[in-house]
Amino acid sequence: MNRIQNVFNNKKADEKLMSLFITAGYPDMESTVDLILGFEENGADIIELGMPFSDPLADGPTIQHSSDVAIQNGITMNKIFEMVKEVRKQSEIPIILMGYMNPVLRYGVSAFTQKAAEAGVDGLIIPDIPLEEDGIIKEHAATNNLDVIHLVAPNTSDSRMKLADENSQGFVYCVSVTGVTGARDGDEVSKSVSRFIERVRSNITQNPVMVGFGIKTHNDAQNIASNADGFIVGSALIDTIKNHYPNEGWQSELFSFVHSLKFGN
Amino acid sequence: MNTQTKTATYNFPDERGYYGQFGGKFVPEILIPAIQELEAEFNKAKVDPEFNAELAELLDEYVGRPTKLTFANRLTEHYGKAKIYLKREDLCHTGAHKINNAIGQVLLARRMGKKRIIAETGAGQHGVATATACAKFGLECIVYMGEEDMVRQKLNVDRMRLLGAEVRNVTSGSKTLKDATNEAIRDWVTNVDTTFYIIGSVVGPHPYPMMVRHFHEVIGNEAKEQIQHYEGRNPDYLLACVGGGSNAIGFFYPFIEDEAVKIIGIEAAGFGVDSGKTAATMSKGTPGILHGSLSYLLQSDEGQIELAHSISAGLDYPGVGPEHAHLKDLGRVQYHAVTDEEAMDAVKLLSKTEGIIPALETAHAFAWLEDLMPETSEDEIVMINLSGRGDKDMGTISDYIRDND
Repeated sequence: MNRIQNVFNNKKADEKLMSLFITAGYPDMESTVDLILGFEENGADIIELGMPFSDPLADGPTIQHSSDVAIQNGITMNKIFEMVKEVRKQSEIPIILMGYMNPVLRYGVSAFTQKAAEAGVDGLIIPDIPLEEDGIIKEHAATNNLDVIHLVAPNTSDSRMKLADENSQGFVYCVSVTGVTGARDGDEVSKSVSRFIERVRSNITQNPVMVGFGIKTHNDAQNIASNADGFIVGSALIDTIKNHYPNEGWQSELFSFVHSLKFGN
Repeated sequence: MNTQTKTATYNFPDERGYYGQFGGKFVPEILIPAIQELEAEFNKAKVDPEFNAELAELLDEYVGRPTKLTFANRLTEHYGKAKIYLKREDLCHTGAHKINNAIGQVLLARRMGKKRIIAETGAGQHGVATATACAKFGLECIVYMGEEDMVRQKLNVDRMRLLGAEVRNVTSGSKTLKDATNEAIRDWVTNVDTTFYIIGSVVGPHPYPMMVRHFHEVIGNEAKEQIQHYEGRNPDYLLACVGGGSNAIGFFYPFIEDEAVKIIGIEAAGFGVDSGKTAATMSKGTPGILHGSLSYLLQSDEGQIELAHSISAGLDYPGVGPEHAHLKDLGRVQYHAVTDEEAMDAVKLLSKTEGIIPALETAHAFAWLEDLMPETSEDEIVMINLSGRGDKDMGTISDYIRDND
């Protein structure tokens, strides 16, 4: 069975799955594998590994920064595949590659999907591939058993939500607010998000739903994801790294933050 | 002597917004409702007699259209070959063709009830044009501009502010047009319900390249009629500069099916096409996705966008409109590149022979005359789109002359 399906099948009824985003090669090339393994140890159920791009136009300053640093550190697509292979020696945590289409296109969609699958990747999230354009990747991903996860937002119509459900595998990614990625005031987000998730639930029936954007505490996660299958955190992790790296103990600071996100204190 | 008969049919983009393999709408889901609404509204507006009448009146009474077609007698004498005509977009209000599109899109924004306008700008001409159109219609205007461009084009920054626009300094990446466009898109993603994004070139997701072309087609349509008046026939050559490619598309499009007209687009080679400091996307680029469409891009082997270089801020962009990419692949338009130095020589030549100081962007098209003119004969006609005037570039031009002469 596919690793992503597996974690949703094993999820307890009242549990919220936690998917964590980290930019590959940030804050340095050596740490990425350790961070993924440490995230898993501290409660992560799914890993979204960011493929850095020079022009991340759906991302706020935090992920722009981590992408710039990773590119300066010399990240390449092949190095990302190597990182996934390393993780796979020790872990069966689902890994989803997330990033913009251009580096994938440049690598070659066919070669990319094949090598990703060989390395042990389970799925893809490509925010600049809307439903209209997913023909560019769909068949290659299917051939290699990679899930393609589409996004829906508060301004997505009911009919498009249904289409996103039909065309996604693994789960559907719900963007909690219209805007770029980045940590926000959790109370503000949770007020507006509940009606959106209700609408998501009535339109998206085949796939689990994960909600992301603006979550930075356990409470945010519980409130924002109350009616979802789980939650996604990205920018808040990058911010935590930024605050502590390269001080001694930066990883344990990060891992205790991760633990608190999933379990409270 | 060429004929007027149409020898080819050209019907792009297709219903998915593609020009052959290029184009499309590679944007986050959040923007899909906005571009769908925009496409629907644009399709209605362009066949709405009331919309077209208002646009025509503004182009006439406010922009100053039709712009003149000037016979460049001394430049023609200088080369001693084909006759050279200049399509005078430099005479448009605000000093460049950009206003055609800004006015068109502002009318569309008003029709859609959007009161907050955002734009990106490189040289500042599109920013000035947008700020101008917003002032005329009393709309809030925010212009994103790279920090480096704000230095290079200080005069235009001051103009925008005087016109009531807020100019937001972009410090990410190369601090030029590419990054200003990223920031404008991020603003749009965040404020999509209230905000209309006026893209300044034939780039971005469908329907932008098609819509911006539509608002600039007036350039080629007028020129076609004007050259008939002077010469009774089509020109043999069309020449325009290409950054994103809006002035060129507007000028070329009405002639695309006239196969006897040879069409040439000139990019910025910067220090040279192979110097590593260039903006020659067509010569050095490979297909890729940036700012919502698939086109030629300057990029690394890893698909990271490379920094463009040109002395001209308006051509300093690592991409190009998808329709140009298609026209290149079709072989319908020939694309070449000229260096900063060649463009600067063209500024001096046009200023001295015709009493017209062209924008640095525009000067790139004129620089190609050095290569083109020897191939022409006295009974041929070359028509150049003089897309903008050079006042905004006087700082750069003076510095260059001081450092190099």
